[in-house]
Amino acid sequence: MGLRIIVVLAVLMGVTGSPTTTVRPETTSVDTAAHPNSIPEMAEETGQNEVFSEEEAAEDVMATGELNPNHYPAQRAAKVVQHYLTTRYGSPYRLFGLHRVHSGNAEDVGDSGRKYQLEISVHEIISNTTQKCSAEVFFPHGQKQESPQVQASCEELLNISTKAQEEALYQQYKMNQTLLSAQNLPDSHGHIEPDMKLLWHLGIVASSFIMLKESSENTLYNMAQVANITQLETEKEQLKFNCHTLLHDMVSQEILHWKLLFAWSPAEGVKVLQMEQLPHCQHCEKPPNTN
Amino acid sequence: MKSWLLGLFLLTNTDLYTTHSVVEGLESMQNYDYTKYHPMDEIYRWMEDVERANPELISSAVYGYTYEGRNITLLKLGLNDTAGSEKKVIWMDCGIHAREWIAPAFCQWFVKEIVNSYKTNKKLGQMLQNLDIYVTPVINVDGYIFTWANNSTRLWRKSRSLPPPDSTCYGVDLNRNFKANWGTIGVSFDSCENTYCGKSAGSEPEAQAVMDFVGTMVNQTLCFLTIHSAGQLILLPYGHPEISAPNYNELVSVGQAAAVEMKKVHGMNYTVGTSPQILYPNSGSSRDWARLIGIPFSYTFELRDKGEFGHLLPEDHIQPACEEAYVGALSIITYVHDKAFKNGAVTTVKHFTLASGFTMTIWSTIVAVFVTTGFMV
Repeated sequence: MGLRIIVVLAVLMGVTGSPTTTVRPETTSVDTAAHPNSIPEMAEETGQNEVFSEEEAAEDVMATGELNPNHYPAQRAAKVVQHYLTTRYGSPYRLFGLHRVHSGNAEDVGDSGRKYQLEISVHEIISNTTQKCSAEVFFPHGQKQESPQVQASCEELLNISTKAQEEALYQQYKMNQTLLSAQNLPDSHGHIEPDMKLLWHLGIVASSFIMLKESSENTLYNMAQVANITQLETEKEQLKFNCHTLLHDMVSQEILHWKLLFAWSPAEGVKVLQMEQLPHCQHCEKPPNTN
Repeated sequence: MKSWLLGLFLLTNTDLYTTHSVVEGLESMQNYDYTKYHPMDEIYRWMEDVERANPELISSAVYGYTYEGRNITLLKLGLNDTAGSEKKVIWMDCGIHAREWIAPAFCQWFVKEIVNSYKTNKKLGQMLQNLDIYVTPVINVDGYIFTWANNSTRLWRKSRSLPPPDSTCYGVDLNRNFKANWGTIGVSFDSCENTYCGKSAGSEPEAQAVMDFVGTMVNQTLCFLTIHSAGQLILLPYGHPEISAPNYNELVSVGQAAAVEMKKVHGMNYTVGTSPQILYPNSGSSRDWARLIGIPFSYTFELRDKGEFGHLLPEDHIQPACEEAYVGALSIITYVHDKAFKNGAVTTVKHFTLASGFTMTIWSTIVAVFVTTGFMV
């Protein structure tokens, strides 16, 4: 107890000593006179006004020309490339995440839409490898919401072969005595049972078709959860699944519910046969009894 | 002379009951698993335990009530400042959005780290004598409890206010309800949507509680940190694309310094910028409100991850996520502390160099006191 008092006294004596750190010249002048509820006019803000005029991020004026790779326009376009790669090359043993955007460029294509050129790195999650890709994303601007078109070339995308594992899994699922079924992948605590992981991966690949189709410059889709995935009878050598998937759109912060019917085989990859958006049922959520 | 009397006074006031209570609290704290997600009743109990176990460091306060009438509770971390000089304030809140479970997990982790290191970390101990750090582990208590109800509620974001007259949809996005250019951009006026900003600025009790409480301390508040997930971002004010903070450059450099420190821990990238630059425009956020009323440093932390698990971050990610977030938060807190107190300490939180002049002052003073007073420890 006594030592503490002494240390406190000593500290105080030290604190009142002369400073050795440089005093930074910027003052934090703030306009506290402005009513917090008003949009402060530039003139009212005292001192240095740093109007960031590089990009007007107002919703209907999107950036063109060279893009800041960390800013949202390039990031959203790059996310679309992630979904595209997953639909084309994804499998229970191959999934992609967006690692980095290195550079980006956007230009209007007349009135028909906007084209993005990107240099990105993608992360193959299961082998934990990263590689560079060049990609082009075209967002059509029409009356009707249309899917973006993507072209991508990645240096060594398929270098790590997953064919053997996929074939083994395919045979295992085909021979199942009881059809597989799983819910809440991941569960509320982010947990997935080890023997359900591959089903979860299949659900992600199938969901990527929807995320790709639904993407625009005003969305940023990620998987939220595979609510339910159920194996159906194998048909024409294709494994078939019903899936209820939850997608998260970062921009609206909404959770979108979709139902999918899809097929998978190592030879054909994942193919979505039917997809349907489910209405967001607000009044279905009854509040639990408060205690 | 004074130190003798003070010491005597403190000794006589420590009775057996308090000691027992402290021991109980400490045990509870040591058994608490910070690498698991906890339901609200466990968090409330943990707050009581942590206060009981560390009476010289922690006190709690209920500063408001949620829509459904629950306590909004904070923990105040700070050490007695016997010099009597005015303490500055750091504000940290977690869990404005119900589904972002890693955020309340981080607030608890943060408190645990401070408790476990303040006695041995000289820099931290010194800062806690100059600062009070106010930590609210869960602001949106109703929403958080709702996300624990069953599998279908886990991804709830908003509060649990009753639907407005013409609607069946519950809840307001509390981070669009603050008095900061409320309702201007990045919001919805549809009560069924997840960015519904409420019927007016500050209409929601949870948001109003923060504004009322922090409002009384605005002149002493150096820094306002609000913790969210996900995306691995450090957001600075403002959410409106055409408004810049007067100290934008400094906000960027302090944010970037934090991101650099965070990356050193586990190699994770955190992007620094305003919301309209790196995420989306928005209005009515707590971060914007804090900057607008004059708190010079105001940041939104978006913790892990970048989309693989999103809000359903697995429990085995809690520790690494919190370790890097702790370093980032402390980097900012240290900066604003050193700026405000302009002291001679060259020591950082992580390092303790005996060579520093400040430390020599402490030790020589301790020796001097020993010699002059003969006070036996």
